Amino acid sequence: MGMDRREFLRLAGLTCIGIGVGGAQLFVRARIASSEFAPTDERLNAERWAMVIDLRKFRTEEDYQRVIDACHRIHNVPKMPDPEDEIKWIWTEDFEHSFPGQMNPYVPPEIEEKPILLLCNHCTNAPCTRVCPTKATFKRPDGITAQDYHRCIGCRFCMAGCPYGARSFNWRDPKKFVKDPNPEYPMRGPGVVEKCTFCVERLEKGKRPACVEKSNGAMLFGDLNDPNSEVRRYLAEHFSIRRKPELGTQPAVFYIIGGEDHV
Amino acid sequence: MFEKALVGSKRYWTLIFVLLGIIFAGFITYLFQLKIGLGITGMSRDVSWGLYIGQFTFLVGVAASAVMIVIPYYLHNYKKFGRIVILGEFLAVAAVTMCLLFIFVDMGQPMRIFNVILHPTPRSILFWDAVVLSGYLLLNILIGWNTLHAEYKGAPPPKWIKPLIYISIPWAISIHTVTAFIYQGLPGRHFWLTAIMAARFLASAFSSGPALLLLLALLVRRYTSFDPGREQIQSVAKIVTYAMIVNFFFFLLELFTVGYSQIPGHLHPFKYLFFGLEGHGRLVPLMWISVLLAVFSIILLVIPPTRRNETTLTVAAASVFLSLWLDKGFGLIIGGFVPNPFERVFEYWPTLPETIITLGVWAVGFLVLTVLYKIVISVRESVGYEEVAH
Repeated sequence: MGMDRREFLRLAGLTCIGIGVGGAQLFVRARIASSEFAPTDERLNAERWAMVIDLRKFRTEEDYQRVIDACHRIHNVPKMPDPEDEIKWIWTEDFEHSFPGQMNPYVPPEIEEKPILLLCNHCTNAPCTRVCPTKATFKRPDGITAQDYHRCIGCRFCMAGCPYGARSFNWRDPKKFVKDPNPEYPMRGPGVVEKCTFCVERLEKGKRPACVEKSNGAMLFGDLNDPNSEVRRYLAEHFSIRRKPELGTQPAVFYIIGGEDHV
Repeated sequence: MFEKALVGSKRYWTLIFVLLGIIFAGFITYLFQLKIGLGITGMSRDVSWGLYIGQFTFLVGVAASAVMIVIPYYLHNYKKFGRIVILGEFLAVAAVTMCLLFIFVDMGQPMRIFNVILHPTPRSILFWDAVVLSGYLLLNILIGWNTLHAEYKGAPPPKWIKPLIYISIPWAISIHTVTAFIYQGLPGRHFWLTAIMAARFLASAFSSGPALLLLLALLVRRYTSFDPGREQIQSVAKIVTYAMIVNFFFFLLELFTVGYSQIPGHLHPFKYLFFGLEGHGRLVPLMWISVLLAVFSIILLVIPPTRRNETTLTVAAASVFLSLWLDKGFGLIIGGFVPNPFERVFEYWPTLPETIITLGVWAVGFLVLTVLYKIVISVRESVGYEEVAH
């Protein structure tokens, strides 16, 4: 087929315009589609979601494992074989390393040896959302620190920013290491950061976070701005602590360690 | 003017092909990383930045080579630096190119990198770093290329270049400040949470950049017919001396604050780096070598005869460079992550693929540098260099 230079340029030009218009349309459509999203009727709402973990009610190893498994199973959290690649949304750590600086040599052994349940604190003043260069991690109006796996560029600035080690990076493709994938929740690819989301997808359907549901009342979830909420009433009755409060991040996860019964 | 880079001696082409070979090896390994993920590096959940970000941080400093020559030449009318100002600017071009590449190879999802522009986020320091680094790259390419081209044509440089040169001075300060801000504003990283970090970045940049420039100037003199000049090299040596002393002084300030206050969180990273913590001390030898080289180089630089003697000066400049490479390219980043936020020690060491990719990026930088320097030298060889008022 013969084609002179002029014809080639004309065709090439038209093709470029066509691609441009098509691309712009797709872009506009995507915008419209996202603005059509509306909350469902059964959605749980709050001004400021928060969690209280009453560690006195966690007695056996099984109590911990039950809530951890509930979370990791429904969110397709992989079990990576190499500890360097570990991904965890909710896990346990001892008192000394959960609350560095608050340890003294004379704390009762039952507290020293007590596993503490750790997860993202959904800080009011979150350093991770402050440092993210693409708003892939961001604060929702209800206080939840959300994570967009499809926008994250994998720079890991948020991991450097988080003072609580709550964030995990997919160093390798996690898909192979998810035993029983839950099709209801997105599977992550390699190269993005993930963490606990306070089960935003469950709140949308009117359900409380999976860990809370499986905790048999040891974990409470509610609105911190509502003085009559379960969490507020519980916090008013029990002495609670938060991790690294001195950093001013204002964590929304409160711990009741125990001990006041002896006072 | 670019055609000057296409003809050269056998040695020039050998260098080009060796560099291309290293780049190729790095590129193939990068494809491997792209396929498997960043898991092929030594980084982990606990030490989530490593060699790549360390190199990026160190090379932002090397880019300061330009400004330390530009200030005396353009602001203080120190005409002698006219011979080497272009070498400083082109070294900055090569260094910033490497910086951007190191950020790129560190990305988990590099194909999404334009999200930084598509969703600009001014509260993120990384956004500003991308802005100042690409701006500095552009400034140095424009300034270097246009002034050299004017020299080639035997004409004065275009007038519009002057404001850009003046802008490039505070701009150079900004790249170090913003890069330091990436680290020094994070609430949970005690090692980085220090107001002197940006100042120390500047001091170490003003010593490592000119130190490399000094070594390159000596190489240029040995292997080409263009002589950057003995007095010029001595002036750069004095700049390195002052900056290195200030840098070491700032380091001592850090040590005092941490050592005298004895706040555990602040003390632990220093303990880990210099003495080892909980039986882990992989970085201890490197950190001591860095300190010893710093002291050794300062002694050589301060004593006038060893500074004037070009052999001992070469040793001193190489020591400065290596000392700061270990300090900023390695210790600074790892110290921020060890111990981790739980005060537990998990160590980091780069893997072989990670090292090959790192060498590949360095080779890209040296390729850019070689080609640009080749053009400079060929232009100077063909038209000769005259000191002109600017």
